[in-house]
Amino acid sequence: MTIQVEVLDEAVPRRGALRRFRRHPVALAGLVFLFLVVLAAIFARPLSGHDPNQIDLLAARAAPSGEHWLGTDSTGRDVFSRLVFAGRVSLGVGIASAALAVVLGTVLGGIAGLLGGWVDGLVMRIADVFMSFPSLVVIVVVAGILGPSVVTMVIAIGLFQWPVCGRIVRGVTLSLREQEYVLASRATGAGPMWLLRRHIIPAALPPVSVAATLAVAQAIALEATLSFLGLGVQPPSASWGNMLTDAQSLTVIRTEPWLWLSPGVAVALTVLAVNFIGDGLRDAVDPRQS
Amino acid sequence: MTVLLRIENLSVDFHTDDAVVHAVDGVDLEVHEGEIVAVVGESGSGKTVTAMSVLRLLREPAARVSAGTLAFRGQDLRGLSPRQLRAIRGGPVGMIFQDPMTALNPVLSIGDQIAETVLLHQDRRDRKAARARAVELLALVGVPDAAHRARQYPHEFSGGMRQRAMIAMAIANDPDLIIADEPTTALDVTIQAQVLQLLRKAQRETGAATILITHDLGVVAELADRVVVMYAGRVVETAEVHALFGKPRHPYTLGLLASLPRMDTETDRLDPIPGNPPNMASPPPGCPFHPRCPLARDICRTERPALLDLGDGRRSACHFHEELA
Repeated sequence: MTIQVEVLDEAVPRRGALRRFRRHPVALAGLVFLFLVVLAAIFARPLSGHDPNQIDLLAARAAPSGEHWLGTDSTGRDVFSRLVFAGRVSLGVGIASAALAVVLGTVLGGIAGLLGGWVDGLVMRIADVFMSFPSLVVIVVVAGILGPSVVTMVIAIGLFQWPVCGRIVRGVTLSLREQEYVLASRATGAGPMWLLRRHIIPAALPPVSVAATLAVAQAIALEATLSFLGLGVQPPSASWGNMLTDAQSLTVIRTEPWLWLSPGVAVALTVLAVNFIGDGLRDAVDPRQS
Repeated sequence: MTVLLRIENLSVDFHTDDAVVHAVDGVDLEVHEGEIVAVVGESGSGKTVTAMSVLRLLREPAARVSAGTLAFRGQDLRGLSPRQLRAIRGGPVGMIFQDPMTALNPVLSIGDQIAETVLLHQDRRDRKAARARAVELLALVGVPDAAHRARQYPHEFSGGMRQRAMIAMAIANDPDLIIADEPTTALDVTIQAQVLQLLRKAQRETGAATILITHDLGVVAELADRVVVMYAGRVVETAEVHALFGKPRHPYTLGLLASLPRMDTETDRLDPIPGNPPNMASPPPGCPFHPRCPLARDICRTERPALLDLGDGRRSACHFHEELA
């Protein structure tokens, strides 16, 4: 009985959000597509039936067929198998770096807004610096110094994306901290961390979830770019970016389209899908859109 | 009686871009254990700012607070670390806010918000006990069907019920001092009496001293043991409640009482105090009340009257208090 009442009370505002999201057909399509991509990434092994790193020189440069759905590359590795395994890496990097950006942004933005004064100034100037740097150039240099690796890439992407989220959380915090209930909470002994956890983060969650979704899309695209340049995921492990590296040769582009077309389409569609979901979420969490 | 809270020479300035507002200007205030002290005055007289500076809730450095003494149970509040201050806020000192419509978070259930106060001061991991305590407190402040209503949200509560919930939060940790900032101002007249009764009950049960900030002299007569009258950021008169209503010793208090509607006289008109309270960015020299005072003479325009002890616990800041005796 008690639990039922709670669930009902909480579900009411969210039900409206769900209804608004469902009315966004493009976002819904994006969600379905992303779901399929995630399923494919999870069940990569049984789905593909090939080892993505199994070299078979006798079957090199084969066109798509019943045996190799998307053909094979120059060392005879199955392209479809590499594509779904690469999905794991690309999605993983996208989500991990977006998560890092959201955590950093929420904590720093919240502290900046709550404490104000010089702390606010310092944090927001650092955010400005990160936003005004051409991130790609810096990441290329960092990857060059530290050596390319997935972890470096995740940290680098996360570092360059936290300011977006940080600004949102700071804005919410600034408007909330003038609320009397925040003053009342301070008057009952709440410190900055408590206010952040109990009052500010819950209120900032809807806009932050939108920003997080868009950050995932950007991170996937950035991962592809870096891996394409050879600064991200290192062969032999596959990522959509480093599969595109094959397309650097004009002959390949002309004669073996299956090598670059599939990862290119995968990146484009996934980023598009995530962006659509983000748009749908933005409308869904805004209660003014009835 | 032991002194619980002692404030001496408290001043609060707000620095804005083009002016310095002297919201509180040398206030002395004492609260003894278990007594109800009413702080009365017009809007802008510094009542709320005085109360907020006890708990150091004003946003510094925009607000500059200075005090000769600011001591609670003999402990100097001025030098406390943020952590020590948080232990006092909501613990031994509970606060009730004016507008229960905005002082509760609309997206948290009432029970959760009361439990929050308990959690902040007791075992933080024991959420179950805190929730149980929240229900108990709600029942104590007269919310019917407390277990059910604890799960409701502020918009499901009426104004009076919300103020009851605020009172429950203020007394959650068995305070020694309750600061009630205009607790009935935002309520319907019919609800005001109930909330005042509840405040008195809460005060009796916790034995806490209470600072009752109000501009409603009816509330003062109902509840207070002692009255502190503030004007333009200063204390102009303090007295035991019956003495104050019987024979005010400051022309401002006299004016306040004269402006009240009375049941026992045959007039249709109220007698307001002429003029307006001064702009606190540039208060008048001398006695801040002199532009509106019927007794004002030359000395009032130049010399600020001290808050003189008149005996019997009475104090007045008027050059001519003897003429009112």
